[in-house]
Amino acid sequence: MSGARRIPGAGLLAGAPPVSFCFDGHRHTGVAGESLAAALIANGERVVARSFKYHRPRGVMGIGNEEPGALVTIARPTGDEPNVRATTVELYDGLEARGQNAWPSVRFDLTAVNDVLSPLFPAGFYYKTFMEPVSAWPFYERMIRRIAGLGEVPRVADREIYTSTHAHADILVAGGGAAGLQAALIAARAGARVILADENPWFGLGLLGETATIDGLPAHDWAREVGKELAQFENVTLLKRTSVAGRYEQGFVILCQNLRDAPPAAGDPMPRWRLWKLRVKQTIIATGAIERPLLFANNDRPGVMTTSAAVGYLDRYGVLVGGRIMVAAGDDAAHDAAARLARAGAQVTVVDSRDSGSRIALEAGASVEWRARAVNTRGRAGVTTVRIEGSAGHRWVPADIVATSGGWSPALHLYAQTGGKPVWDDTRQMFIPGTTEQGAVTVGACNGTFDLGAALGEATSAAVKVCEAIRLTAAARSPVAENSHDTAGAGQWSEVRGRKRCFVDIQNDVTVADLDLAVQEGYRSIEHVKRYTTLGMGTDQGKLGNVNGVKAIAEARGEAMSAVGTTRFRPPYVPLPMGVVAAHLSPDQHHPMRRTAAHQLHEAAGCVWLNAGAWLRPQFYRRGGETDLEAVNREVLAVRRNVGLVDVSTLGKIEIAGPDTITFLNRVYTNGWSTLKVGMGRYGLMLREDGIVFDDGVTMRLGEQHFVMSTTSSGAGAVYEWLTMLLETRWRDLRVTLMPVTEQWFAAALAGPKAREVLGRVAEGFEVSNDAFPFMGGRVGRVAGIPARVFRISFSGELSYEINVPADRGEELWTALLDAGRPEEMAPYGLESMGVLRLEKGHFVIGREAEGRTNPYDIGLGRMVSTKKWFVGKEALDFPEMKNPRRRQLVGVVPANKTERLPSSAHLVLPEAPDKVGGSQGWVASMAWSPTLDHDIALALVEGGHARTGERLLAYAPIAGKKVAVDLVAPHFYDPDGGRQSG
Amino acid sequence: MLLISCPFCGERPEDEFGFGGDASVRHQGGGDGTEPASVEQYADYLYLRDNPKGRHAEYWVHRYGCRRWLVAERDTVTHEIFSVKSASEGGTG
Ligand SMILES: [Zn+2]
Repeated sequence: MSGARRIPGAGLLAGAPPVSFCFDGHRHTGVAGESLAAALIANGERVVARSFKYHRPRGVMGIGNEEPGALVTIARPTGDEPNVRATTVELYDGLEARGQNAWPSVRFDLTAVNDVLSPLFPAGFYYKTFMEPVSAWPFYERMIRRIAGLGEVPRVADREIYTSTHAHADILVAGGGAAGLQAALIAARAGARVILADENPWFGLGLLGETATIDGLPAHDWAREVGKELAQFENVTLLKRTSVAGRYEQGFVILCQNLRDAPPAAGDPMPRWRLWKLRVKQTIIATGAIERPLLFANNDRPGVMTTSAAVGYLDRYGVLVGGRIMVAAGDDAAHDAAARLARAGAQVTVVDSRDSGSRIALEAGASVEWRARAVNTRGRAGVTTVRIEGSAGHRWVPADIVATSGGWSPALHLYAQTGGKPVWDDTRQMFIPGTTEQGAVTVGACNGTFDLGAALGEATSAAVKVCEAIRLTAAARSPVAENSHDTAGAGQWSEVRGRKRCFVDIQNDVTVADLDLAVQEGYRSIEHVKRYTTLGMGTDQGKLGNVNGVKAIAEARGEAMSAVGTTRFRPPYVPLPMGVVAAHLSPDQHHPMRRTAAHQLHEAAGCVWLNAGAWLRPQFYRRGGETDLEAVNREVLAVRRNVGLVDVSTLGKIEIAGPDTITFLNRVYTNGWSTLKVGMGRYGLMLREDGIVFDDGVTMRLGEQHFVMSTTSSGAGAVYEWLTMLLETRWRDLRVTLMPVTEQWFAAALAGPKAREVLGRVAEGFEVSNDAFPFMGGRVGRVAGIPARVFRISFSGELSYEINVPADRGEELWTALLDAGRPEEMAPYGLESMGVLRLEKGHFVIGREAEGRTNPYDIGLGRMVSTKKWFVGKEALDFPEMKNPRRRQLVGVVPANKTERLPSSAHLVLPEAPDKVGGSQGWVASMAWSPTLDHDIALALVEGGHARTGERLLAYAPIAGKKVAVDLVAPHFYDPDGGRQSG
Repeated sequence: MLLISCPFCGERPEDEFGFGGDASVRHQGGGDGTEPASVEQYADYLYLRDNPKGRHAEYWVHRYGCRRWLVAERDTVTHEIFSVKSASEGGTG
């Protein structure tokens, strides 16, 4: 029995309508707008989750984002949401929640046997388990996956709506407590553009039950009035239910705003979450402080909670958390809380480790025992009795709630995320800001200032200074706080009373004993202990547990807290839903998709699309009931025997102008350019500075000082960037100008023995005969009436013309060429067919055969490497390794039995030792069925491959379970002399 | 996310830019082959780079803006950016 109940008329939601909700199949009634945690407590649900490793029962321990244990799955029509903190979801009618990590339910969890077996799960369990023998890993992994974990990943795509927005402001105030409200008010009155964000549905929640008054008003009423005043300012944006999740350099801040918890009504466009990407000049951090749990044995049982949470449920929601409440106190603030709980009707006992203190709880009817502390708890599904250690010895006392006061930890996350260094204040027993942060200032409890009057004063002067920094004049008027005093102390925190089952991290089941063991095993740095024990690595990121962890480690090391320090604070402060990170983008918007000018014509012609880098390109064009292979075969044979048309707009194009262009080309390409005549082009090979093949393509000389360079489709951006870097930083004296023009042109290639006839019908202003327009020539004229640059270059190995026209006339050109090719029944072909054509020719492709470790010699292009001049990468080609005969080199591969198909993704292995570990001789980089040759062909990178033609290997694809005998051959399968393209 | 003040475009967020490495590294080989480098010197140049703590001159390219190369002086600890200028004026690589 929990003894929890609702107090009529109490809380901020008095008068809100009742709603029905369901937890683990039990139907309950709650109040609209209260947290699910409040509703669960009010309905006597004590066990709401099971812990990560030991499956120990977990109840509600906190009241907000700090909650470590009460994680539930919310069943929603748009897809289930696992690992939701019950303390942060607002109750709506029909809400359905489930407990997690338990079977069959969190009340009766059969896997809780882990708790009994807990000695088998010590610190570093995972590291110790995943050692030899390797063969046992799959077994352990299956076992661990079954029993350790949180909620289940949803199996269907999330259909919720999310949104994101960019915003700018002068000042962000993080936290809407007393200090944050006051700072926002000062800045608002000074005319600053202010955003005030608070994670709760109300401002000033910490002021509920506060005994001090501000400007004569009860403190929380003052907060409400300031909230109303702020709402009147046009220069102020108030964001409730909004967490400041991350603070980055130069005023960049991420906020996550909860817009609704209830599923959307049909047609309701309101998103569930909004991500704010904010850039601000100054940030005032007023994030308050989080109360620490106490460290004693079985401090994780349902019913153990922080005192601020215990009284918070009463103040906010009118929910009394239990009938018999034990308050483990050590400062006067806990007596204030105990008094409120007692006045609400609970039977309250305060055990205070001090000799004496506040009498307020006593006067409210609580019994108070000085020099006493809580040291253990009992109870199967939640606390039933608490062990007290007092001046009269030990005894067990009945209680259903243990409210613990372990002192306060300023919420330094935002302060520290950009490098602020927390320091340990030994007097007040807390980490406080130790350095000043650029563009940010901490005020109030997160700065270690707990006295209300002092916090308001601090907020006022900080806001005035921040306004001055952005050249605004602010009036430094601070409200008067009466009866204000610093009640916060370290509570009973000074002693750790337990090792085993004394939990530091409630979510990840890290105990003091685990931390002892880690230190014993030689882990000293807090960062290492954290990763070894998983301390603070849960979804709560140790908001309650981390400082307790530092304390336990300090004790185990026999050193001061300051010697241990904190782990690095990293964003985000709260878990962000994956959906809000992706926000409104649909899957194809994550990556800009580029389409060529003839896109719609391809679509109409029945093309099958292929994502090729940033581009959407036709893979092939299907006719009737053709299979993929049949379509590709048809297209390839049309080019070999007749003529085809392909869209090559995606190739990068850079215009180059200037008197020093030949010098420039000589430096960026391995081969020589000095003899290139106007009207002719040349193929160039470009290396990185480390001698590895970077890019290739043809550069045409259109005029004495005018060139156009062609790059690979995927390299267009990188090549332009690299060339501009060379010109801007190293070769400033070269008179060369570059202009990237890929998008300005549409390009199509006519390829095949009949290409000349087709072009001849539409060419204007230039001759197409072999003599007048030779191989590697470039002409400027008109094609089908459109201004065009025509280059006679070939990738397919056939007679071929690449026709470039302004992009806005691409459709016109494409249509005109197809018309001109009608007598030949010319058809378009796609990227797949182009791949087969180039493979038959043995042309390498950047990204396939030249794969980032390949030098010119490896792919048989040593003849392209000039010895007469310098070029980028030349020095690296002199490295001894670059000419090592055992490097992986380009070879052709054909099946030994030509009727056999090659497996895809195959390694090439020695037939006598196919399974030898490390015995791979290389791999197949590209393979295809060659309709021209009627068998499979492939290009492969093989160790010392140039000297191995004629050798027989096995193409081995272990995943497909296929082994095929292959012969290594020269990498030119078709027309090796190149007569077809130049005739 | 950094806010980088492009001398051609103004203040823009980091995701418009690409990083180009240490702008103080002197190119071995003179950058145009005029000062031949030994294999050792060149390998050092390629593979051994400093990772300084504090002020650092580095190349950035305004990839989704003017596409120009810039030299930014940035503190690698605090991320404070002290200056950004066109690479045509700064950098010694
Ligand atoms: Zn720019």
